[in-house]
Amino acid sequence: MATVSDLSLKERLWYHRYRFRKVNPLPWQASGPALKRCKVATVTTAGVHLPDNPPFEKVKGGDYSYRMIPRDTPLNSLVCTHPSGAWDRSGVEADRNLALPLDRLRSLAEAGEIGEVAPWHVSFQGSITAPLRLVRQTAPEVAQSLVHDGVDLVILTPV
Amino acid sequence: MGLIAAALEERGIRTVCLSTFEPIMKQVQPPRWLAVPYPLGFPLGLPQRPELQNRILRRAFRLLEEPGPGPVHQELDPEAEA
Repeated sequence: MATVSDLSLKERLWYHRYRFRKVNPLPWQASGPALKRCKVATVTTAGVHLPDNPPFEKVKGGDYSYRMIPRDTPLNSLVCTHPSGAWDRSGVEADRNLALPLDRLRSLAEAGEIGEVAPWHVSFQGSITAPLRLVRQTAPEVAQSLVHDGVDLVILTPV
Repeated sequence: MGLIAAALEERGIRTVCLSTFEPIMKQVQPPRWLAVPYPLGFPLGLPQRPELQNRILRRAFRLLEEPGPGPVHQELDPEAEA
């Protein structure tokens, strides 16, 4: 488990000054299908995407855009353009399942432990310090897209 | 990630967040989150360890059994889950 002392001095200063946003009241979807009938998607903030997509950009406030990744993507084809040096990307570079566990979800679906793997998965980049456009635009767009796909459950993997 | 989780839950999709950085999660408080004892950037544990990664996912799915309301927070004990 990472701690604040694992961060660089610059990141520690940011962490102690930044006012994290908490959603209140917290939305809570209480019910859903049994796991073995769930359509499962993954949303990561690792900044991975298809090689022909535009890279994530280092912009003031953070890049609030997202990239869609189809279910059958060979994970080794994904590139990572997350601009922050705050996290160790060696694991994701060695195995994209650490951010987007599509191989794992496929195996769990084949074993009947989950219903199916959703047709589309999503990558944002983290480190968005000015999230207004994320809240108003891109997060609702992604949520609506996953609703359209009939997704029941999302595994979130922040890095 | 808490803001994205909220957008999904508002529209009827349940979420479970795998986090390696408890200090931020305790401030953001997404609806369901599992503390995973690996470094930043390793929310599914270790590379090329499919059984470990599956165990982490299965442990995360168990948070769906919690009645709520959220936030619901549990910790992964790798030895207990082995």
